[in-house]
Amino acid sequence: MALQTEVVTETVTVYIMGKRYEVPKGLTILEAMEYAGYRLVRGVGCRGGFCGACATVYRKAGDFRLRVGLACQTVIEDGMYLTQIPFYPATKAIYDINALRPTAEAILKHYPEVTRCLQCGTCLKVCPQELDLMRYIAAAMRGDIAKAADLSFDCIQCGLCTGRCPAEISHYHVAMLARRLYAKHLTPPAPHLTQRLEEIKAGKFDAELEALMKADKETLRKLYAERDVEPEELVPTKTDED
Amino acid sequence: MPYPEMMQESIAKVEETRSRRMREDFLRLSLEERQRLLEAYHLDYRRETFRPLAVGPNKGDLVPNELADLLEARSRIDPDNFDLSRVDYETDVLNHRWRWCGDGSGSLGAEQGVDVLIATKLRWGDANTMMAQGGIQAADKPNDSPARHYLDVMGGGGFVNIPELVKALVTDAPFIIRWLESLGVMFDKEPDGTMITVHSGGTSRRRMHSCRDYTGMEIMRVLRDEARNRGIQAWEFRPAVELLLDEHRQCVGAILYDLETEEYFVVRAKAVVLATGGMGRLHVQGFPTTNHYGATADGIVMAYRAGARLIFMDTVQYHPTGVAYPEQILGQLVTEKVRSLGAHLVNVDGERFIYELETRDVVSAAIIRECTDRGKGVVTPTGMVGVWLDTPMIDILRGKGTIQRALPAMVRQFARFGIDITKEPILVYPTQHYQNGGIIIRDDASCDIPGFFVAGEVSGGVHGRNRLMGNSLLDILVFGRRAGLSAAQWAKQASPGTPTLDHVREYHRQLQEAGINTDRVSPMLLPDYTSPIARIRRLGGVPIG
Repeated sequence: MALQTEVVTETVTVYIMGKRYEVPKGLTILEAMEYAGYRLVRGVGCRGGFCGACATVYRKAGDFRLRVGLACQTVIEDGMYLTQIPFYPATKAIYDINALRPTAEAILKHYPEVTRCLQCGTCLKVCPQELDLMRYIAAAMRGDIAKAADLSFDCIQCGLCTGRCPAEISHYHVAMLARRLYAKHLTPPAPHLTQRLEEIKAGKFDAELEALMKADKETLRKLYAERDVEPEELVPTKTDED
Repeated sequence: MPYPEMMQESIAKVEETRSRRMREDFLRLSLEERQRLLEAYHLDYRRETFRPLAVGPNKGDLVPNELADLLEARSRIDPDNFDLSRVDYETDVLNHRWRWCGDGSGSLGAEQGVDVLIATKLRWGDANTMMAQGGIQAADKPNDSPARHYLDVMGGGGFVNIPELVKALVTDAPFIIRWLESLGVMFDKEPDGTMITVHSGGTSRRRMHSCRDYTGMEIMRVLRDEARNRGIQAWEFRPAVELLLDEHRQCVGAILYDLETEEYFVVRAKAVVLATGGMGRLHVQGFPTTNHYGATADGIVMAYRAGARLIFMDTVQYHPTGVAYPEQILGQLVTEKVRSLGAHLVNVDGERFIYELETRDVVSAAIIRECTDRGKGVVTPTGMVGVWLDTPMIDILRGKGTIQRALPAMVRQFARFGIDITKEPILVYPTQHYQNGGIIIRDDASCDIPGFFVAGEVSGGVHGRNRLMGNSLLDILVFGRRAGLSAAQWAKQASPGTPTLDHVREYHRQLQEAGINTDRVSPMLLPDYTSPIARIRRLGGVPIG
């Protein structure tokens, strides 16, 4: 008799690294692997689609295409054939961000392999975030650092692109450099922040803070209840076009 | 899987009431009204789910049962049979990081000219920080001040926060933002560099800085990149399982466990920084959690055995807006920024029931009231219940394209399940989110154990009994940096003695005296989500090796 501890209504068949398992319908790939008995150390992280630890490649029954997804965000299907790629070797360049300029030279010096890009578009098929990798690599190559930073911003650094690129580019490392160059060298420092730092250093808030620290609970409650709250500004901060 | 028919009826009501709701104001609660709501509905007031600790510095204090089980447990190490004479590594500062305050202190350690080793449980960067979407607070606008920030923090925490810690938090905040800016963190800015800031629950000024809705991830990956550029050594998949104390009870290292090779490593260090995060994966009161796979309270367990005192461990933060549908992402975070941008919370009839930017404890209690006593929740096909977070409002209020631009992660997460949040609302219910309390620290991140420094969610006091949104990313950077500085200074003058596990032996003896004869071991390290069938099949045999 089958060993049963809970009622499972409907199951599907999945092949984890080629091994067949029956698991309840509707689970994510991550949940399916755990249901099957895997106690994961690699290939699992935030479980919310943000950390890139659980990159997975799979094929569906009768379909030649290789598909990708995050195990924590992808629902299993009957006949799915899968494995996780929890780590992929990639070389990160070492640099001093202060000493670099936001130009194509900075990119080409540290990641010269970007010029090997064949524009084949393979990277576009393997990104679980569906980013436009080919365009951001092209932008980085021609020194459009702002474009490269913007297009690559949602990268979760899972490394699937690096695993498939025939030109052997480590896209996510290139993107990391581009974003830091952009934020460091192409974005002005916040002027109000500079002013506030000077005020704090000059001790402008010391007396008020000291008084609050010494205040008893009732005084604090009163000050808190009476404080004014800035209204929310309901206007778009940027236009849709930029 | 778009919304099923049974939920579509309620969505129609949400759409129907939208234009009326957008014209109406909904008042904030007074402090007294807040307190009544919390006492009636907040989960911290279900006292039967807590129990007093039987041993240790906080003996008699209430903590959640799930945490008490780990604190009233034996070490993974047998102190009588473990060989500490074989030292695998010696360093100035050992940093058990898990949240990225470790990166902050690590970087600073290198600047201070001391040798640093970072040890992580999973990959370097695997942490709740990665999932901190909404933002980071700092009072840096002309109409704001650190004193205002201070008052907001105290009010959010119930006026019991430790003042010196709050002062450190709010006065360091603008310096932290400047530091991140200089490292190349891509904050949302106007063309002239002005920070785009919004409100969060319980703030009196718009001081939430963000990087789209990937704020924590962006900060983490920049700091990690910088630490790698500086050649700071990191051991991944090697969490600490026990601290080492010398004859003067000062911390002189730790035992690490390699999750892959199953080896134990003895690391001697002149100073140790603990940054192991919180306890979401204990699933307090059976709740789902927004937390990372590794959030299992390991640091609390180790430090408590070594004699560290805890504070506010009887309060847990439930994030008001965890996903209630679809089931596959149940309990995952829907960032508070959605409410900051203007989305209403509405019940099954499309009616508001709370001012959306009350503090998290209050909003959570109001949602629970709506779904229980008032019976106004929306039921899903699998019997979950929740209320609507009316996301399409954001584009109506702030212009088409705002949701896509400001909340790309949220759009993507729901699109994967066939839900378009620019057109349809999200179903939410409170989810276990944050450990408000932790190890008591001073404003230099030191604690009762000499040579031992603590930062981030594993510490306690700065947030009182309820943390405000955007103060966690701030906390880990402020106190991560302070811990790094303190540890480096300590390491330069420290004279560590002989490492021992005497404190573990003593803790075991106390357990026995208290009548606790258990085979539970801790820290947990990782939760077990395998099926009951798999667990039964695993029993009875001898594991490999």
